[in-house]
This record gives sequence, C-alpha cells and structure tokens, in this order.
Amino acid sequence: MSVLTTIARSAVRAGRPVARIPTASLSLAARGVHTLPQLDYPYNALEPHISGQIMELHHKKHHQTYVNGLNAAEEAYAKTDSPKERIKLQSALKFNGGGHINHSLFWKNLAPQSQGGGELPAGALKEKIEADFGSVDAFKKKFNTVTAAIQGSGWGWLGYNPETKKLEIVTTPNQDPLLSHVPIIGVDIWEHAFYLQYHNVKADYLTAIWNVIHFKEAERRFLEASK
Amino acid sequence: MSILTTIARSAVRAPRPIARVPAASLSLAARGVHTLPQLDYPYNALEPHISGQIMELHHKKHHQTYVNGLNAAEEAYAKTDSPKERIKLQSALKFNGGGHINHSLFWKNLAPAGQGGGELSAGPLKEKIEADFGSVDAFKKKLNTVTAAVQGSGWGWLGYNPETKKLEIVTTPNQDPLLSHVPIIGIDIWEHAFYLQYQNVKADYLTAIWNVIDFKEAERRFLEASK
Repeated sequence: MSVLTTIARSAVRAGRPVARIPTASLSLAARGVHTLPQLDYPYNALEPHISGQIMELHHKKHHQTYVNGLNAAEEAYAKTDSPKERIKLQSALKFNGGGHINHSLFWKNLAPQSQGGGELPAGALKEKIEADFGSVDAFKKKFNTVTAAIQGSGWGWLGYNPETKKLEIVTTPNQDPLLSHVPIIGVDIWEHAFYLQYHNVKADYLTAIWNVIHFKEAERRFLEASK
Repeated sequence: MSILTTIARSAVRAPRPIARVPAASLSLAARGVHTLPQLDYPYNALEPHISGQIMELHHKKHHQTYVNGLNAAEEAYAKTDSPKERIKLQSALKFNGGGHINHSLFWKNLAPAGQGGGELSAGPLKEKIEADFGSVDAFKKKLNTVTAAVQGSGWGWLGYNPETKKLEIVTTPNQDPLLSHVPIIGIDIWEHAFYLQYQNVKADYLTAIWNVIDFKEAERRFLEASK
C-alpha cells in the first residue's frame, strides 16, 4: 500500500518541474521519463476566452502532477514482478497516464486567434463536419450539450470512428483516455479547466472555447486518422 | 432524448429559486417537490477555512441545480410508464438525487467555530473514532489521504458500517450517494468545493475543513446509526 500512498501523495503535493531527459535514457530500467510538454503560446494568449491564471495553473500544476504521478507509477511497476502489485498499480497508471495524454492533446488543440485559433477554413475537416453533423453550428451545439451533461469530471471529444468512418461526439469520464475513437478535438470539462473564470456557468466556458480551438491541428489529426 | 436534453439543459442553465410547496401537495401526481435547504449559518461564517464566495456559489448555484434537476427528472418519470424511458431517466435521478442528498448532509456537518465547528468533545463518537482508528489525528489523516486520492469528482466519508459495527472511511464517485454505510461526516472533493480559494492544493482545503466540521451533528448521526 505504501507505493500507492507515495503516488497519491506526489499527486496532491504541488507539482514540481521534471527536467527533460535525453531519449537515450529511456532504456534505463524501463523507468518512466515522461515530461511536461511546453505550450506553443504564452499562458495569457487565449484571453479573454481562457484566462492566463487558469492556463498557468492547469499546465504547471495539474498537468505536471499527472506527469509526476505517471512516472512514479511506472517506476513502481518496473520494480515489482508481482501480478497482484502490478494490478494494484493499474488505476494510477490509467489516471495519470490518461491525464498526461489528454492534457497533451488539449494544449495542441488550443491556439490563440493570431495562430488560427477559432478559424475553421474550407477544407477536408469542415466538409466532414458538415457531412456528419449537418452544419458547423449544429456540431458545436451538440458538442457543448453533450460535454456539459457529463456527470462529474471528464472530457468531451470530437472523435473519428474508424469503423463507421464518421466523426462522432463522445465523452470520457475522469482522465480516461479516448480509446474507441481517434481524438480530433478534446475539451476539458473538469472544473479546474474553467472554474476560476466561469464559476458554475460551464455553458459560457464551452461557448468561449470555440474561439481558441485549433482547427488546423484538428484537421491534421483527421487527415492522419482517415488515411 | 428530448427529456434528457431538457434535464441536461436545466442542469447547465443558471438556477432559479423554487418556492417551498406544502407537504400536502406532495400527493399531486407524484411530482418532485424537493427544495434547497437553508443553511444554519451565513455564507461567510466558515471563513477563513471555506470562503463566503465558495459557500454562496456552492449552495445557491450548485446545490440548487441538483434540486432543479431532481425535480425535472422526477416529473419526467411520473409522466411516462415506459420501462425503457424510466431506465433512461435513472442516471439523472441518481446524479441529481445524489447531489441533493450529499449536499444536504454536507451543510449540516459543517458549522462555524462559534457553533462548535471543529470541536470533538469527549463522548461516544470520540471514543469510537479512537477505538476504530487509533486516534483522532490518525483518523483525520486517513480521511484526508483517501479523499485526496479520489480520481475525479466525488466525496470522502466517515461512515458507520452496520455489518462490522465499525466506523470506516469510504469514498463515492461523482454524486453517488453513500449506500453501503450510514453517512457520519461527508466531505465534498469536487473542485467547485475548494478551487476558488485553494486552487490545485486540495490538501490545504482538507486540512482547513477540520476547523468547521460539526462533530455534534456527526455524533447525533452515529448514535442514531448504532442504536
């Protein structure tokens, strides 16, 4: 139990930065060496839609904590060969691993307006959205309704379903990664993602965030997924 | 689906007050007539441990939204006799019903220091805590560690287990009500409960809240449960 307590404790302590480690070190003892990815824009670049205060806490504290927790869980996993101990570590691996995956995708699918945030130009993604949802507005409205209806913490996703070959709106609870679809756009609906600015009015956050969704990145993901 | 959309929409819209309805009206068409309970202290009475801003939003907005959602779900349930439609309503009934139960218990197990908040006097509850956890400090430490480790939104509870006849620490996810144990003390660990004041440092919220836990109410619940 003490390993799990250690992981839980490092997850609640204020996140501390993890230095970048060269790729060659990844072979050392199968140790987790995940690091917090840098953002492509300053913390305040998404204002007024998402405040700089939120972006900084969200990146430096919340995401960092998932990175630290993932590294600790992977380290503990490598140190034991007991199936029971490894199974006990699964929830820490999923929660922190999912948190790291989800937030890494999130930062990339956000952009300031000066870098194209909010703009969905004519092209393959726009056509596909119109084909699968009727219109871009109908898509955003459905996405927001479904995401706002999550009962607890989680994520709303535009995902590409490789079986139906359609874009679909799906949600994942807590920090579960999206596995059933290829993630195209993710929106964090954990309260830490919006509460300091929007309080309980998550509908306003969901309206505002469309101004900073990076549709060029979404299109890249869509083209890759649908090849 | 439209009933569910209505419920989802009312869950995200700014809440409106519901007038108290006399008990005699409860017989009318099995309509839900749940109302937001009043607090026994002003919003700022738990400062500096829980800010007045949090208490006001938490009570007037978040809890009110669960009351509204529960009433809407029960109204929809009464209007249909289709098992399939009723099953579709179960998650709205659980989420909003649980949210109403949990928050109603929460307001009652908080009290300002002037009304006994934070004081655990000598008596049956204190003795039972010492018997089942070793010491009051060991109990608080364990409840905090377990509650901080909830992966997502949820609640930490001191509960009385009617089978083992022991006090135990349990958690519930999202707004699930505590069913396996009799609730003695509940602590909301949804981010809305602490984020405006403590941001990501939930350990500090969990340390502070012990100053405003109403142990007299907890003891009343314990004595009732253990009779």
